Amino acid sequence: MTNYSLTFQDVTKTFGRRLIFKNINQNLTSGNIYGFSGRNGSGKSTLVKIAAGIISPTKGKVIHQNENKEIIPEKLHNKMGFVSPYLFLYNEFTAEENLIHISKIRGLKYNSENAEFLLNEFNLYDRKNDYLKGFSSGMLQRMKFIFALLHSPNILFFDEPTSNLDTAGKDKVYEIIENEGKKNLVIVATNEESDLALCSEILEIEKFKN
Amino acid sequence: MTIISVFKKDWQSELRTRYAINALAMFILVTISVILFSVGQEKVSEHLTGGLFWVVIFFSAMSGLSRAFVSEEERGTTLTLQLIAAPSTIYFGKLFFNLVLVFIMNISIVILFYLLFESYIILNVSLFLLSLFLGSTGIAVSSTLIAAIIAKANTKGTLYPVLSFPILLPLILTLMELTKFAMDGDLISDSYAELMVLVSYDVIMATAGYMLFDFIWKD
Repeated sequence: MTNYSLTFQDVTKTFGRRLIFKNINQNLTSGNIYGFSGRNGSGKSTLVKIAAGIISPTKGKVIHQNENKEIIPEKLHNKMGFVSPYLFLYNEFTAEENLIHISKIRGLKYNSENAEFLLNEFNLYDRKNDYLKGFSSGMLQRMKFIFALLHSPNILFFDEPTSNLDTAGKDKVYEIIENEGKKNLVIVATNEESDLALCSEILEIEKFKN
Repeated sequence: MTIISVFKKDWQSELRTRYAINALAMFILVTISVILFSVGQEKVSEHLTGGLFWVVIFFSAMSGLSRAFVSEEERGTTLTLQLIAAPSTIYFGKLFFNLVLVFIMNISIVILFYLLFESYIILNVSLFLLSLFLGSTGIAVSSTLIAAIIAKANTKGTLYPVLSFPILLPLILTLMELTKFAMDGDLISDSYAELMVLVSYDVIMATAGYMLFDFIWKD
């Protein structure tokens, strides 16, 4: 198991005058699955984006540490995996081309063995040479999981991970979340009861509005 | 190496979607055709042809070079890039892509002007090529930065030339001056001051782009 931690220090976010959440202080560690829950528009995705370093908090700080050493923002991308409904891959490339380009842009050698293993796990191996523009929404969602897991990250962000998935797809995702949660730090932002049932701790965003 | 990977991804994507190449090619052909029709049988002076050459380059750049970032924003893949590479890698990868596009575009325009305009006569070719190289670099560097700024705006098409005009104006004016010198056959040593302006412009814009890109890219 890796020794990875994510710390929110007084994290506050506002959009203009609208307060999304304030003074979040939390320490999240590897080997756990954390849930971010709240009604629609409560700021779950915003908190996930702040945690992943995609947007900045209005106030406060987010610290990523691996083996007790702080990770600088420029190096964070290779430590994390990210799945969300607002993430899109390249439709003009095939599934495998997407994975090759993404690995190379990350500065990593394309791990074809791992890619084939993940494509098999998510039932996409037979479609690896097909363009993503021909994929269904469920297949695209499964591709996002391969994108998130290909480089074996230490921290995983799953924002609404089971959207567009059928029962078999959901079961596979739950299996992945449980397995990853044993060795890495997993964060799930969702309203689904079945998704939250996997979490060891749940952060209610509504509690940070006052 | 990762910068080259961003370029390769963009180039392969461009060859399949032809977002920028088609826009640039059509704009170059249409603009040169309009100039030829409007000039008719009139004799156009050499210096005016040199000026028209940079006008075509400026507006062609405005039609296609924003695609590097706008296409990512339109396809929703900006987040994907943010998740897989550091901002500086993306900036230099996109800059390299725009540099290649600008050089292809400018060489095509030079060839078309040479073939279609009788008064397009360059006496000092080395001065002209040096100006073309520095000018193309300047256009690519500033266009990349402006494209990153406007990509998130709703009125991308309007904002790009509006924002680019004051930034590219000193560059285009210097390039027009240098083209005039090259057409007159002036020596490179006589055009030293103008060439240094181009070098300074390129260095300042590249440095500003590198320093500002992190802020533009993140929020």
